[in-house]
Amino acid sequence: MTGALAALIARDVRLALRAGGGVGAALGFFLVVVVFFPLAIGPDQAFLRRIAPGAMWIALLLSVLLSADRIYTADFEDGSLEVMALGAAPLEVVALAKALAHWLTAGLPLAVLAPPLGLMLNLDITLLPGMIAAMLIGSLALSLLAAMGAAITVGLRKGGLLISLLILPLYIPLLIFGVSASGAQVGGASLASSAMAILGAIVLLAVVVAPLAAAAALRAHLR
Amino acid sequence: MFNYLANPSRFLKVSGYALPVLAPLTAAVFLYAYYLALVVAPPDYQQGETVRIMFVHVPASALALGVYVFMAIAHILGFVLRHPLADAAARAAAPIGAVFTVISLITGALWGKPMWGTYWVWDARITSMFILLLLYLGYMAVWKAVDEPHRAAKIAGIVAIVGVINVPIIKFSVEWWNTLHQPASLLRPGGAAIAPEILTPLLWCMGAFALLFATLLLINLRAEVVARRVRQMELARVGSVA
Repeated sequence: MTGALAALIARDVRLALRAGGGVGAALGFFLVVVVFFPLAIGPDQAFLRRIAPGAMWIALLLSVLLSADRIYTADFEDGSLEVMALGAAPLEVVALAKALAHWLTAGLPLAVLAPPLGLMLNLDITLLPGMIAAMLIGSLALSLLAAMGAAITVGLRKGGLLISLLILPLYIPLLIFGVSASGAQVGGASLASSAMAILGAIVLLAVVVAPLAAAAALRAHLR
Repeated sequence: MFNYLANPSRFLKVSGYALPVLAPLTAAVFLYAYYLALVVAPPDYQQGETVRIMFVHVPASALALGVYVFMAIAHILGFVLRHPLADAAARAAAPIGAVFTVISLITGALWGKPMWGTYWVWDARITSMFILLLLYLGYMAVWKAVDEPHRAAKIAGIVAIVGVINVPIIKFSVEWWNTLHQPASLLRPGGAAIAPEILTPLLWCMGAFALLFATLLLINLRAEVVARRVRQMELARVGSVA
């Protein structure tokens, strides 16, 4: 079963890297959204420093969501998803592999891209390590939930719009704790370490719940 | 009783008898409850007359949460027992719950203006209540987006059951985070922290809202059962022509 898991992850990562419009599009979108903040709010350095963690988290959420559509659509359309469902590995493992592959090709590169963008937004450099750690951990939950949303909406007309309505509400706790784990000062005191712990707890919950829900949704669609 | 009503014809018959009893009862309890709340109950010593907004706000909020839990339980029963009306009941409850959520948000805003000095604050409970509204909308959108009813029921069920995680977050948000919204004053260890002159009408109002939910649910569910029957007949007709 771990063999199937690894093979699926390798396949999905390779597909995302070699087929156009996968990783690059998400990264480009992340860049554009971050650039929009100083343009919309004004280039005041002190103010940018304050909103930088929040702005980067919003950009991260939106870029992960943008690339969520591709997790299952192609496999559903060409029938590979049915082959996976018929295979020896349970559908829950397939769902987990899909989510992990999405994290490797969306969350991970986005978190790596965060430091230069943080500097552009005048982010406090001492906050950067915590912010990257929070983004790496948090984006894992983002990918798991995005994959769940993709499984729920696979094969539906206007699935892209529906997925944002379904998944964005579930992203709100991640946004709140992600931003505070990134070292934003809330009420004078830094809550970074406890927020990081809660972020980790949410990730663990998502690892358990999201593949189960995704597999149930895929079964309903493939029936 | 539960299995007896699984037959749609029987359900239509029984609910046809129940509805003419339930609807006037709801109206009567509503009149009495709001007579108590708006006329008999004294104004609060701090909040004055604005406390009366609470007689709408508290029941609507409680029901907004309760209806979502009801939906999730209905879907779990649908998954486990395959009761044919369980998914339909959840679908029928969703718009009612969404309206209760909207009422809760609007009355909260109207109360917040004179009391807190602002219509809206991004406090934990208000924000999570707003998320609840989004969850209701997403749930209803799933029913609309999937054409085939059995598939729609399954997928909507997954959405409802995953979303129920938000309910304890809303309920306990006022205790976990120290925010502007006051902590629980009704269900708390040591009994309710409300004066009996206010508590009694409040409980009557909650009863009235619960009855209103039951009535509207029954009406929606009957409509849903009939709509399914129409769909069956149309399919049969199309099948016989072809």
